[in-house]
Amino acid sequence: MKELDSIQKRLLEEIADLHAIPEGAYNIRSNSESAGRRSTANIEITPKTDVAGLDIRIKAGTRRESVHIPVVMTQSGLKEQVYNDFYIGEGADVVIIAGCGIDNCGMADSEHDGIHRFYVGKNARVKYIEKHYGSGDGAGKRILNPGTEVYQEEGSTVEMEMAQIKGVDDTERTTTAELAAGAKLVVRERLMTHGNQRAISTYVVNLNGAGSSADVVSRSVARDNSYQRFDAKIIGNAPCNGHTECDSIIMDNGRILAVPGLEANDVDAALLHEAAIGKIAGEQLTKLMTLGLTEQEAEEQIISGFLK
Amino acid sequence: MLELKHISFDVEDGGQDREIIRDVSLTIPDGRLVVVTGPNGGGKSTLARLIMGIEKPTSGTIALNGEDITNLSITERARRGIGFAFQQPVRFKGLTVLDLLRLAAGRELNPAEACEYLAAVGLCARDYINREVNASLSGGELKRVEIATVLARGTALSVFDEPEAGIDLWSFQNLIEVFEGMRKNISDSAIMIISHQERILNIADEIVVLADGQVEKQGPKDEILPGLIGTAAAVAACRKAI
Ligand SMILES: Nc1ncnc2c1ncn2[C@@H]1O[C@H](COP(=O)(O)OP(=O)(O)O)[C@@H](O)[C@H]1O
Ligand SMILES: [Mg+2]
Repeated sequence: MKELDSIQKRLLEEIADLHAIPEGAYNIRSNSESAGRRSTANIEITPKTDVAGLDIRIKAGTRRESVHIPVVMTQSGLKEQVYNDFYIGEGADVVIIAGCGIDNCGMADSEHDGIHRFYVGKNARVKYIEKHYGSGDGAGKRILNPGTEVYQEEGSTVEMEMAQIKGVDDTERTTTAELAAGAKLVVRERLMTHGNQRAISTYVVNLNGAGSSADVVSRSVARDNSYQRFDAKIIGNAPCNGHTECDSIIMDNGRILAVPGLEANDVDAALLHEAAIGKIAGEQLTKLMTLGLTEQEAEEQIISGFLK
Repeated sequence: MLELKHISFDVEDGGQDREIIRDVSLTIPDGRLVVVTGPNGGGKSTLARLIMGIEKPTSGTIALNGEDITNLSITERARRGIGFAFQQPVRFKGLTVLDLLRLAAGRELNPAEACEYLAAVGLCARDYINREVNASLSGGELKRVEIATVLARGTALSVFDEPEAGIDLWSFQNLIEVFEGMRKNISDSAIMIISHQERILNIADEIVVLADGQVEKQGPKDEILPGLIGTAAAVAACRKAI
């Protein structure tokens, strides 16, 4: 593995809790090059030849294995588009840890657009964890535009945890999913924007098979002058269950637009949307202050609990 | 020891000044359990909020252990040892019962310690410690968690505003024991409970009757309680506790 500098190491810790080379299969992408890669007997990682990115093939029946594919960028002005395709075999049960950390201390914008496609075989289970993080005090922006496409075969389960808590100036995240019969999708999104940041998160989930279900929950905090748009659409094309929830705390001069969307094309599609936007309640601050916290400490506790 | 001297609190109500608390003077010495009772709307919760610093008096002074705290913030008063269990506790999305107890204690709590506080208010710790303090808790559960946060603080002056509201009879018995236990160990601290409950009035050292923003009666329990039995200021548990 190539030596990483201390900033690259710090980014890796932030986005993937990585302090050393991960167990199992991995590819670490650093400033548009692979800084290390390992396939295992069941998980094969091969670089694409036509575009930047990887093909990740997970054998049917693979159990309790993990794939780490973190991306770090520390070179100001870098712009890249990366395509990673995951082929997850029937009955496999794996954890995929992605994430991108950008440190930009220069004048030029740094941008990583990661397109992830998941082809999830019958009865397979995938847990996908993705953290996005930005640092550095350059005027150049840290931009992340992830595109995630999920294709789920019968009886498969995909659980996604996506978090962007700090430092990303601009993000447009689009997630689409197509679910066959009995497939299940669970999404937990955590988002915090500050400064002049902008974050747009769009979901389009098609429940195509009988008994499929989706639960898409976003919790977000918009502070300072930041802007967020949460746009979640669930389309029920069969007897199915769909639920989306967007719960936001607004602070300072933040702005939030929540756009719920439900579409039922089957009489047995049961779809539900909940959305709430509000500031931190004064009584919550008061209660924590009666426990000895300052107003600022109380605010931090409330936010970190909310985004947990 | 807490000393209130000539505390008044006015609010603007429809363009007119309204006196909610009128010239109240009151001392709660260390080692004492004082129960404040009186009709609804009499100003009891307002008095508690003035003590905690959530409201500031229009006139008068408040001193804790000899220090004038009238102009101190909520946080500063909390750090000097005032604890407050709200009549209507607030809910938090995301914060767990354990989070709140830790913040209250001001340190990490191991599960066994946290369990002690929860057991004291009749909650089975295993079921509750990781529960979020959100809308999934019933009013009674929330109320007990609120009381547990004040127990976890171990403060020099603990104020409980109608702790029995929303608590079932079995837990009410438990609660009385908690207050009796606190009563035994309060040599250098004081307790103020706002309550209409005869059983709680019965464990008081002193009783204060607050009506229309004024102290109507004040004195040792044995002097005051007999005159209250059967009035709205002292109801039996079976009628009001549930
Ligand atoms: N900030 C305020 N503004 C206006 N009215 C208030 C305020 N605080 C309390 N009050 C009024 O003061 C009276 C006393 O209330 P409270 O202290 O809650 O009484 P108690 O706890 O004895 O039932 C009530 O009529 C209430 O509506
Ligand atoms: Mg009251």
